[in-house]
Amino acid sequence: MKKMIFGLVAIGVLVAMTSHSGYHVGDTATDFSLKGTDDQMHSLASIDGAKGYIVIFTCNHCPYSLAYEDRIIALQDKYGSEYPVVAINPNDPVAYPSDNFENMKLRAEEKGFNFLYLFDDGQKVYPQYGATKTPHVFLLDAQRTVKYIGAIDNSTKEDGVTKKYLEDAIEALKKGENPTPATTKAIGCSIKVAKG
Amino acid sequence: MKWSFILFLSLASFQSAREVKVYVDYAEFEQDYLLNKSNDTTYVINFWATWCRPCVQELPYFEQLAKDSMDQPLKLVLVSLDFDDKVDAVKALLAKREIESKAVILADPQADEWIDKVDSTWTGAIPATMVIKNGKRYFYETSYESYEELKNEIITLK
Repeated sequence: MKKMIFGLVAIGVLVAMTSHSGYHVGDTATDFSLKGTDDQMHSLASIDGAKGYIVIFTCNHCPYSLAYEDRIIALQDKYGSEYPVVAINPNDPVAYPSDNFENMKLRAEEKGFNFLYLFDDGQKVYPQYGATKTPHVFLLDAQRTVKYIGAIDNSTKEDGVTKKYLEDAIEALKKGENPTPATTKAIGCSIKVAKG
Repeated sequence: MKWSFILFLSLASFQSAREVKVYVDYAEFEQDYLLNKSNDTTYVINFWATWCRPCVQELPYFEQLAKDSMDQPLKLVLVSLDFDDKVDAVKALLAKREIESKAVILADPQADEWIDKVDSTWTGAIPATMVIKNGKRYFYETSYESYEELKNEIITLK
């Protein structure tokens, strides 16, 4: 019996690890309360006047994330008053010490992050969203309905960008339309899960 | 005189470093490594990067796989997704870890165009591995904790 329970648990873990459950476009995203690099707790509901939210799972150690930092800062400059960027670091700080909370603070300071940079302490939020890598974007409307999932744009190299997927999606939301494409893909650093 | 010196330099650098081809166009990479594969060989294509710890950790398992005897010949290529200015970093890491297997860099920046062409289930996270055996493609968005785990995955494929 013990064996069977263990087997079932193992299968459960396997399914959880391999299936990309998470959100699909149209789902309602969960709110959360996470600590930011400003040492304050933040939730989506606590952001005044937001018409939507740009939730970006990102981190310190990943070159793909670093390549997008300036573009994320620019997004906050352009859209932050209505569609604030909420960046969340989902990584296990034991697996990647450079992604620990102190180093998040250092990075935010050094790059002058103008957006919220929150720590998914205990790695509870990212699995609900279904983020698999960094950077991984979820664009939500005011009711937290998922409107767009995927990449910021179509080129890791800024000078090669020909399609600004996320900006186009935000512009669509502003017009009350659904973004097309609603999902895109990008290479990213897989999120490191703490070993149990 | 000048030319012989240049020749000497290029020979010297050729000897000291392995070749790591950089593909900035996915179609060219696909042509070389994913298309028109023979049925009497197993092809293993591992996607990794120097900054990805679980990827680097499993490189020796792939190296061993290529050396081990399997039911049919096996061709391995380690496809780094480092940016195209990281050729030296890729070479240095492979040298340091004593990885001799074939390695290339796939640095086509428009990943949204090609991720689905590799495999439609791939979210874009690495490590990820493709196996082509008997004309069939298998795709794994996972990391391997041991050589046995990797070998078992591949040896059970028909």
